[in-house]
Amino acid sequence: MGDPIERLQNSRLDAEGDEVAALVGQSSVWRDAWRYLRTNPLFLIGLAIMLVIIAMALLPALFARGIDPTDCDLSLSRQTPSAAHWFGMDLQGCDYYANVIHGARNSVMIGLISVIGVLIIGVLVGALAGYFGGWADSLLARITDVFFGIPLFLGALILLTVTATRSVWTVSLALIVFGWMTAMRLVRSSVVSIRENDYVLAAQALGASSGRILFRHILPNAVAPVFVYATIAVGTFISAEAALTYLGIGLQAPEISWGLQINVAQSLIGSSPHLLFFPALFLSVTVLGFILLGDALRDALDPKRR
Amino acid sequence: MTDPSAAGAPLLTIRDLNIEFEVDKVWIPAVRGIDLDLAAGEVLALVGESGSGKSTLAMAIPGLLADNARLTGSIRLTGAELAGADEATLTEVRGSRVGVVFQEPMTAFNPVYTIGWQIIEAIQMHRDVSADDARARAVELLDLVDMPEPAKRMDYYPHQLSGGQRQRAMIAQALACDPALLIADEPTTALDVTVQAEILDLLRDLRTRVDAGILLITHDLGVVADIADRIVVMKDGAVVESGSSATLFSDPQQPYTRLLLASVPHLGSGKLSVAESAPPPEPTPPVPALSLRDATVEFKSGPRSTFRAVDAVTLEVGASEVVGLVGESGSGKSTLGKAAVGLVQLTSGSVHLAGIDITRLSQRGLRGPRAKVGVVFQDPGSSLNPRWPVGQAIAEPIALHTELTAAQRTARVDELLEQVQLSRSLRNRYPHQLSGGQRQRIGIARALALNPALVIADEPTSALDVSVQARVLRLLRELQAQHGFACLFISHNLAVVEELSDRIAVMRSGRLVESGPTESVLNSPTEDYTARLIAAVPVPDPQDQARRRELRLARAASE
Repeated sequence: MGDPIERLQNSRLDAEGDEVAALVGQSSVWRDAWRYLRTNPLFLIGLAIMLVIIAMALLPALFARGIDPTDCDLSLSRQTPSAAHWFGMDLQGCDYYANVIHGARNSVMIGLISVIGVLIIGVLVGALAGYFGGWADSLLARITDVFFGIPLFLGALILLTVTATRSVWTVSLALIVFGWMTAMRLVRSSVVSIRENDYVLAAQALGASSGRILFRHILPNAVAPVFVYATIAVGTFISAEAALTYLGIGLQAPEISWGLQINVAQSLIGSSPHLLFFPALFLSVTVLGFILLGDALRDALDPKRR
Repeated sequence: MTDPSAAGAPLLTIRDLNIEFEVDKVWIPAVRGIDLDLAAGEVLALVGESGSGKSTLAMAIPGLLADNARLTGSIRLTGAELAGADEATLTEVRGSRVGVVFQEPMTAFNPVYTIGWQIIEAIQMHRDVSADDARARAVELLDLVDMPEPAKRMDYYPHQLSGGQRQRAMIAQALACDPALLIADEPTTALDVTVQAEILDLLRDLRTRVDAGILLITHDLGVVADIADRIVVMKDGAVVESGSSATLFSDPQQPYTRLLLASVPHLGSGKLSVAESAPPPEPTPPVPALSLRDATVEFKSGPRSTFRAVDAVTLEVGASEVVGLVGESGSGKSTLGKAAVGLVQLTSGSVHLAGIDITRLSQRGLRGPRAKVGVVFQDPGSSLNPRWPVGQAIAEPIALHTELTAAQRTARVDELLEQVQLSRSLRNRYPHQLSGGQRQRIGIARALALNPALVIADEPTSALDVSVQARVLRLLRELQAQHGFACLFISHNLAVVEELSDRIAVMRSGRLVESGPTESVLNSPTEDYTARLIAAVPVPDPQDQARRRELRLARAASE
């Protein structure tokens, strides 16, 4: 091996370093995803909808122009929209705009609580089943299959008819108990595939404990698909709450929710269609917002789909 | 040597070919201004490292580029222009005028059809022949590629054939319609060295059996040494040097070609010499770093059957000794490596790590002894957690096994990065921002973090380009000389093992067939299998390689 080659090898070594140094800044999967999302109009629309709805849930009085949703005058019952009352009046003669705005809080809360609960159960059970495999996997997968056998609405219907009071928490609980299985399956399958990676073996060879391997090495790499699912699921759970309330087993008056409003409006659809239209519009737009976000996130995290 | 001009008029003429790919709305050139000629009956080798554009160039000929590619220039096959031709023309050309042999026959064949069915399909796509004629032709083709019992093998599914037989079937399929041009894209890279030698013999013979030009794409100069008439060396999408095989090997003009040639591990060149920092004298005979006694590993392969991956292997790696463990795929060498650190449990026998019996230790009990071993994995891309900066990856064993503070850990990481000749500034980068060679250096730094008594390196360079491989091997050799750790170096490549090892152990089908000092194993192997393994290693020198081939064939004929 002559001198020039030695020199060339060294120069190539430097070149290798330079080439990497030339990369602008740091990037990671999430950062790359953000760069893509920033320019995606569907994501921006979804984000805008989500922010407005969450703001509405946090500060309803601000959006309701200071009108109290419980300040009612029966003589104004079912008035059509006007300049003073944008969405008209409801059956009790309350300002409907203020009521629809105040309905956001319960809907959004149920959506978020349900998704958080579903994530906790789904990620935990899925991670344990995927990581330990063997009989633990068989047992947990069979339990999941049993829950899969019960339709979400049937299960929630039964659970909610036997509970004494029905609040945001009980409705969320019903949705969690019968809705965590998809998240579990997603986590389980991605944990199984990530467990095969050499870096998991490497961590094991370094003497890392099972807990450390699972929580520090596997889960951070496995959660992306569940994250996407969860975003879409917020929308699904919000509409599920409306559907349960519509069936008469969700929230109860004097709570305010879009589902309750739709429930009352259904019998009045002939004479006062605006009572159905406004809560249904808000509900659909909210669900659409979360689904747009989830879709955009899925594309962003999976470069092959872009 | 055949004279290209005597072989006939140019079959393939490529002029000023440029190919670009669109990535995130930016056009990135992959192939730049290539001119190429190939005559009928000629074997042209396209050699380059990953990213050199060699495969892109080859796939552009039958129009098999991805949708985000655009090309300018001219590709003429027997006079017909293929660059910019419409899809109908290209479909007619693929299979009938141009046959392609892919790297991985397991994935290039459809697993749900028999190979016979798939060869017949290739024939009937372009020829209007009866089912019987097509079948007869398919058997003839399998016979042409020296498939044993061709008529019987017709009804085999891809998974029922060995790797070499699958690649033969793949070649038969590519030859189905007597193509004028056969493109072989890394046809032997996925194969074991003894099988590779057979497939290369077949490709050599084919040019006398069929009237086609062969375009052979490879990263391995050893492979092309005695099969190619001419060689084109590519780098960064452009041709660096081209010439006849004999002149290119004996008198390379360009520095890059010389670098490539110098990087190929050359069997018989001996151990890499580096400056040994005088190791402190060992007063007492030290405990062996690793000692395996009758180690046996069995896996369940079915409800009632077991598969014996490692069969009663007794092996010792002394302190500061480098033992090369060689074997073909499926020989159990990687399983043995894993058993040595307790990643796989022994069915019987025992493992001692630096004197500690770890045979029956639980995962929890293994945590302590594991501080004494560092493991370097084959694929540096997958052995580093993609969501951790590499500095954190190196620091992990330190955090797990020592009480050092964060600042002390950082200092140790800096020191380790320096030892593997990487800049400290790389500490905050993520694995995907580093090149393959840099990632493997990180893997080595992590393995050395706790000053282990033993390093197990499982094919640490086989995923790397040859010039990068040479540097990583040299680094490993230097570190070993400086720190004096013992090393079990697992590889399928005898030439690589030779550069590092004091002793060589050869495994086959789970058994240790031979072991001894490197020189004596390579020069006078006692086992026939070892001799065959050594004979099959391609050497990057056309004359030497031709001589070795004749010896090997003579040996095979006499058996």
